[in-house]
Amino acid sequence: MENRGLLQVTTPSDREIALTRVFDAPRDLVFEAYTKPELLKRWLGVPHDGWSLEVCEVDLRVGGKCRFVSRGPDGNEMAMSGVYCEVVPGERIVTTELFDNPWYEGGAVKTVTFEEQAGKTTLTLSVLYDSKEIRDGVLKSGMDEGMAFAFDMLAELFASMPQELR
Amino acid sequence: MQPTSYGLDATFAALADPTRRAILARLASGDASVLELAEPFDMSQPAISKHLKVLERAGLISSGVEAQRRPRRLEPKPLAEATEWLERYREFWERSFQSLDALLDEMKRKPKSRKRR
Repeated sequence: MENRGLLQVTTPSDREIALTRVFDAPRDLVFEAYTKPELLKRWLGVPHDGWSLEVCEVDLRVGGKCRFVSRGPDGNEMAMSGVYCEVVPGERIVTTELFDNPWYEGGAVKTVTFEEQAGKTTLTLSVLYDSKEIRDGVLKSGMDEGMAFAFDMLAELFASMPQELR
Repeated sequence: MQPTSYGLDATFAALADPTRRAILARLASGDASVLELAEPFDMSQPAISKHLKVLERAGLISSGVEAQRRPRRLEPKPLAEATEWLERYREFWERSFQSLDALLDEMKRKPKSRKRR
Protein backbone atom coordinates (compact mmCIF):
# COMPACT_ATOMS: atom_id res chain seq x y z
CA MET A 1 0.00 0.00 0.00
CA GLU A 2 1.18 3.49 -0.74
CA ASN A 3 2.66 5.31 2.21
CA ARG A 4 1.86 8.98 1.96
CA GLY A 5 2.53 10.64 5.27
CA LEU A 6 5.68 10.29 7.29
CA LEU A 7 4.99 8.84 10.70
CA GLN A 8 7.19 10.35 13.37
CA VAL A 9 7.75 8.81 16.78
CA THR A 10 9.19 11.14 19.39
CA THR A 11 9.61 11.45 23.16
CA PRO A 12 8.51 15.07 23.79
CA SER A 13 9.07 14.76 27.55
CA ASP A 14 10.56 12.07 29.77
CA ARG A 15 7.10 10.61 30.52
CA GLU A 16 5.69 10.63 26.99
CA ILE A 17 5.77 8.77 23.70
CA ALA A 18 4.21 10.64 20.78
CA LEU A 19 3.24 9.83 17.20
CA THR A 20 2.70 12.46 14.52
CA ARG A 21 1.22 11.89 11.08
CA VAL A 22 -0.17 14.17 8.36
CA PHE A 23 -3.32 13.18 6.44
CA ASP A 24 -4.47 14.61 3.15
CA ALA A 25 -7.97 15.42 4.40
CA PRO A 26 -9.72 18.15 6.38
CA ARG A 27 -9.68 17.64 10.11
CA ASP A 28 -13.40 17.04 10.60
CA LEU A 29 -13.03 14.00 8.35
CA VAL A 30 -10.02 12.71 10.26
CA PHE A 31 -11.82 13.34 13.54
CA GLU A 32 -14.85 11.44 12.27
CA ALA A 33 -12.72 8.49 11.15
CA TYR A 34 -11.05 8.52 14.55
CA THR A 35 -14.22 8.58 16.62
CA LYS A 36 -16.91 6.58 14.77
CA PRO A 37 -16.82 2.84 15.52
CA GLU A 38 -17.91 1.78 12.03
CA LEU A 39 -15.03 3.83 10.59
CA LEU A 40 -12.45 2.90 13.25
CA LYS A 41 -13.03 -0.77 12.45
CA ARG A 42 -11.87 -0.13 8.93
CA TRP A 43 -8.42 1.20 9.75
CA LEU A 44 -7.26 0.70 13.35
CA GLY A 45 -4.76 -2.15 13.40
CA VAL A 46 -5.93 -3.21 9.95
CA PRO A 47 -4.55 -4.91 7.97
CA HIS A 48 -2.48 -6.66 10.59
CA ASP A 49 -1.80 -10.37 10.09
CA GLY A 50 -5.39 -11.47 10.42
CA TRP A 51 -6.20 -9.25 13.36
CA SER A 52 -9.46 -7.35 13.46
CA LEU A 53 -11.12 -4.86 15.75
CA GLU A 54 -13.90 -6.99 17.22
CA VAL A 55 -15.16 -4.64 19.91
CA CYS A 56 -15.21 -0.92 19.31
CA GLU A 57 -17.29 1.12 21.73
CA VAL A 58 -17.08 4.88 21.77
CA ASP A 59 -19.16 7.02 24.11
CA LEU A 60 -17.69 10.32 23.05
CA ARG A 61 -18.39 12.66 25.97
CA VAL A 62 -16.57 13.62 29.14
CA GLY A 63 -16.98 10.72 31.56
CA GLY A 64 -18.03 8.42 28.71
CA LYS A 65 -16.20 5.15 28.17
CA CYS A 66 -14.42 3.61 25.24
CA ARG A 67 -13.42 0.02 24.75
CA PHE A 68 -11.43 -1.64 21.98
CA VAL A 69 -10.77 -5.35 21.60
CA SER A 70 -8.56 -6.62 18.78
CA ARG A 71 -8.73 -10.32 18.02
CA GLY A 72 -5.99 -12.25 16.24
CA PRO A 73 -6.02 -15.40 14.15
CA ASP A 74 -5.09 -17.71 17.07
CA GLY A 75 -7.76 -16.34 19.37
CA ASN A 76 -5.31 -13.85 20.83
CA GLU A 77 -6.90 -10.73 22.17
CA MET A 78 -5.68 -7.29 23.00
CA ALA A 79 -8.21 -5.29 24.98
CA MET A 80 -8.09 -1.69 26.07
CA SER A 81 -10.55 0.54 27.88
CA GLY A 82 -10.60 4.18 28.75
CA VAL A 83 -12.66 7.10 29.97
CA TYR A 84 -12.96 10.37 28.09
CA CYS A 85 -11.49 13.22 30.14
CA GLU A 86 -11.77 15.91 27.49
CA VAL A 87 -13.57 16.09 24.16
CA VAL A 88 -13.26 19.10 21.85
CA PRO A 89 -14.96 18.05 18.59
CA GLY A 90 -12.63 18.25 15.63
CA GLU A 91 -9.70 19.30 17.80
CA ARG A 92 -8.73 17.28 20.79
CA ILE A 93 -9.55 14.12 22.71
CA VAL A 94 -8.05 13.13 26.05
CA THR A 95 -8.70 9.65 27.44
CA THR A 96 -7.30 7.40 30.10
CA GLU A 97 -5.77 4.20 28.72
CA LEU A 98 -5.98 0.90 30.55
CA PHE A 99 -5.13 -2.46 28.99
CA ASP A 100 -6.83 -5.65 30.25
CA ASN A 101 -3.40 -7.27 30.37
CA PRO A 102 -1.15 -4.30 30.90
CA TRP A 103 2.57 -4.67 30.28
CA TYR A 104 3.32 -1.52 32.23
CA GLU A 105 2.45 -0.25 35.67
CA GLY A 106 -0.07 2.41 36.53
CA GLY A 107 -2.33 4.32 34.23
CA ALA A 108 -1.67 6.34 31.15
CA VAL A 109 -3.34 9.34 29.59
CA LYS A 110 -3.68 9.58 25.83
CA THR A 111 -4.08 12.94 24.12
CA VAL A 112 -4.97 13.11 20.45
CA THR A 113 -4.96 16.44 18.65
CA PHE A 114 -6.08 17.33 15.12
CA GLU A 115 -4.62 20.41 13.45
CA GLU A 116 -5.58 21.49 9.96
CA GLN A 117 -3.41 23.49 7.60
CA ALA A 118 -4.12 24.03 3.91
CA GLY A 119 -6.59 21.16 3.81
CA LYS A 120 -4.22 18.69 5.45
CA THR A 121 -4.55 17.45 9.00
CA THR A 122 -1.75 16.73 11.43
CA LEU A 123 -2.74 14.07 13.94
CA THR A 124 -0.65 13.86 17.11
CA LEU A 125 -1.17 10.95 19.47
CA SER A 126 0.69 11.31 22.72
CA VAL A 127 0.66 8.91 25.67
CA LEU A 128 1.70 10.22 29.08
CA TYR A 129 2.79 7.59 31.60
CA ASP A 130 2.85 7.85 35.40
CA SER A 131 6.63 8.07 35.59
CA LYS A 132 9.75 8.19 33.49
CA GLU A 133 10.59 4.65 34.64
CA ILE A 134 7.28 3.33 33.33
CA ARG A 135 7.65 5.22 30.05
CA ASP A 136 11.15 3.85 29.64
CA GLY A 137 9.76 0.40 30.43
CA VAL A 138 7.25 0.76 27.62
CA LEU A 139 10.01 1.86 25.26
CA LYS A 140 12.12 -1.14 26.08
CA SER A 141 9.31 -3.70 26.17
CA GLY A 142 10.01 -6.36 23.60
CA MET A 143 13.72 -5.95 24.14
CA ASP A 144 16.17 -6.93 26.85
CA GLU A 145 16.50 -5.25 30.26
CA GLY A 146 18.20 -1.98 30.89
CA MET A 147 17.64 -0.08 27.70
CA ALA A 148 15.92 3.09 28.70
CA PHE A 149 17.02 5.78 26.33
CA ALA A 150 15.98 8.83 24.37
CA PHE A 151 14.66 7.05 21.32
CA ASP A 152 14.06 10.13 19.27
CA MET A 153 17.76 10.88 19.42
CA LEU A 154 18.49 7.39 18.21
CA ALA A 155 15.91 7.54 15.45
CA GLU A 156 17.32 10.86 14.34
CA LEU A 157 20.81 9.46 14.26
CA PHE A 158 19.61 6.41 12.38
CA ALA A 159 17.82 8.56 9.85
CA SER A 160 20.91 10.68 9.31
CA MET A 161 23.02 7.67 8.38
CA PRO A 162 23.79 7.14 4.71
CA GLN A 163 21.31 4.75 3.10
CA GLU A 164 23.90 2.09 2.29
CA LEU A 165 24.86 1.75 5.96
CA ARG A 166 21.38 0.96 7.21
CA MET B 1 37.14 -8.46 24.77
CA GLN B 2 34.22 -9.96 22.89
CA PRO B 3 31.96 -7.28 21.49
CA THR B 4 29.20 -9.77 20.73
CA SER B 5 28.69 -10.64 24.40
CA TYR B 6 27.63 -7.11 25.27
CA GLY B 7 24.47 -6.91 23.21
CA LEU B 8 21.82 -4.24 23.34
CA ASP B 9 22.51 -3.23 26.94
CA ALA B 10 25.98 -2.10 25.95
CA THR B 11 24.55 -0.32 22.93
CA PHE B 12 22.20 1.70 25.09
CA ALA B 13 24.78 2.37 27.79
CA ALA B 14 27.14 3.65 25.12
CA LEU B 15 24.43 5.80 23.57
CA ALA B 16 23.42 7.34 26.90
CA ASP B 17 26.27 9.83 26.72
CA PRO B 18 25.79 12.96 24.56
CA THR B 19 29.46 13.16 23.54
CA ARG B 20 29.36 9.59 22.30
CA ARG B 21 26.16 10.26 20.37
CA ALA B 22 27.84 13.29 18.79
CA ILE B 23 30.83 11.14 17.85
CA LEU B 24 28.49 8.66 16.15
CA ALA B 25 26.70 11.47 14.34
CA ARG B 26 30.07 12.69 13.10
CA LEU B 27 31.06 9.19 11.95
CA ALA B 28 27.74 8.83 10.14
CA SER B 29 29.10 11.34 7.63
CA GLY B 30 32.40 9.51 7.17
CA ASP B 31 35.33 7.78 8.87
CA ALA B 32 37.55 9.96 11.08
CA SER B 33 40.77 9.66 13.10
CA VAL B 34 40.98 10.27 16.86
CA LEU B 35 42.58 13.63 16.16
CA GLU B 36 39.75 14.66 13.84
CA LEU B 37 37.16 13.50 16.35
CA ALA B 38 38.81 15.30 19.28
CA GLU B 39 38.87 18.63 17.49
CA PRO B 40 35.21 19.75 17.65
CA PHE B 41 34.70 18.57 21.24
CA ASP B 42 37.37 20.60 23.02
CA MET B 43 38.52 17.46 24.76
CA SER B 44 41.90 15.86 25.17
CA GLN B 45 42.79 12.93 22.94
CA PRO B 46 42.89 10.53 25.92
CA ALA B 47 39.33 11.62 26.91
CA ILE B 48 38.09 11.03 23.38
CA SER B 49 39.94 7.71 23.23
CA LYS B 50 38.06 6.63 26.35
CA HIS B 51 34.72 7.35 24.69
CA LEU B 52 35.86 5.58 21.54
CA LYS B 53 36.77 2.53 23.59
CA VAL B 54 33.25 2.38 25.02
CA LEU B 55 31.75 2.73 21.56
CA GLU B 56 34.06 0.08 20.18
CA ARG B 57 33.27 -2.39 22.97
CA ALA B 58 29.57 -1.88 22.26
CA GLY B 59 30.29 -2.76 18.64
CA LEU B 60 29.07 0.64 17.47
CA ILE B 61 32.36 1.55 15.81
CA SER B 62 35.47 -0.19 14.54
CA SER B 63 39.03 0.95 13.93
CA GLY B 64 40.69 0.95 10.55
CA VAL B 65 44.04 -0.72 9.94
CA GLU B 66 45.97 2.28 8.65
CA ALA B 67 48.91 2.29 11.09
CA GLN B 68 49.08 5.99 11.93
CA ARG B 69 45.56 7.26 11.52
CA ARG B 70 43.46 4.22 12.49
CA PRO B 71 40.25 5.88 11.29
CA ARG B 72 37.12 5.02 13.26
CA ARG B 73 34.14 3.76 11.35
CA LEU B 74 30.46 3.55 12.28
CA GLU B 75 29.07 0.01 12.57
CA PRO B 76 25.39 0.23 11.70
CA LYS B 77 24.09 -3.13 12.96
CA PRO B 78 23.77 -2.47 16.72
CA LEU B 79 21.98 0.77 15.99
CA ALA B 80 19.57 -1.06 13.73
CA GLU B 81 18.85 -3.59 16.49
CA ALA B 82 18.24 -0.85 19.02
CA THR B 83 15.66 0.78 16.79
CA GLU B 84 13.78 -2.49 16.36
CA TRP B 85 11.17 -1.85 19.04
CA LEU B 86 10.57 1.61 17.70
CA GLU B 87 10.13 0.13 14.26
CA ARG B 88 7.56 -2.42 15.40
CA TYR B 89 5.52 0.24 17.18
CA ARG B 90 5.82 2.44 14.16
CA GLU B 91 4.80 -0.36 11.85
CA PHE B 92 1.52 -1.02 13.67
CA TRP B 93 0.53 2.62 13.36
CA GLU B 94 1.98 2.97 9.88
CA ARG B 95 -0.26 0.18 8.60
CA SER B 96 -3.27 1.54 10.44
CA PHE B 97 -2.70 5.02 9.10
CA GLN B 98 -2.28 3.74 5.55
CA SER B 99 -5.70 2.15 5.86
CA LEU B 100 -6.97 5.45 7.23
CA ASP B 101 -5.56 7.24 4.16
CA ALA B 102 -7.64 4.99 1.93
CA LEU B 103 -10.74 5.46 4.07
CA LEU B 104 -10.37 9.24 4.06
CA ASP B 105 -10.10 9.23 0.26
CA GLU B 106 -13.34 7.32 0.13
CA MET B 107 -14.99 9.73 2.57
CA LYS B 108 -13.83 12.69 0.49
CA ARG B 109 -15.38 11.17 -2.63
CA LYS B 110 -18.73 10.59 -0.94
CA PRO B 111 -19.42 13.74 1.06
CA LYS B 112 -23.18 13.12 1.19
CA SER B 113 -22.98 9.75 2.85
CA ARG B 114 -21.77 11.26 6.08
CA LYS B 115 -23.21 14.02 8.12
CA ARG B 116 -20.95 16.96 8.71
CA ARG B 117 -20.61 18.24 12.17
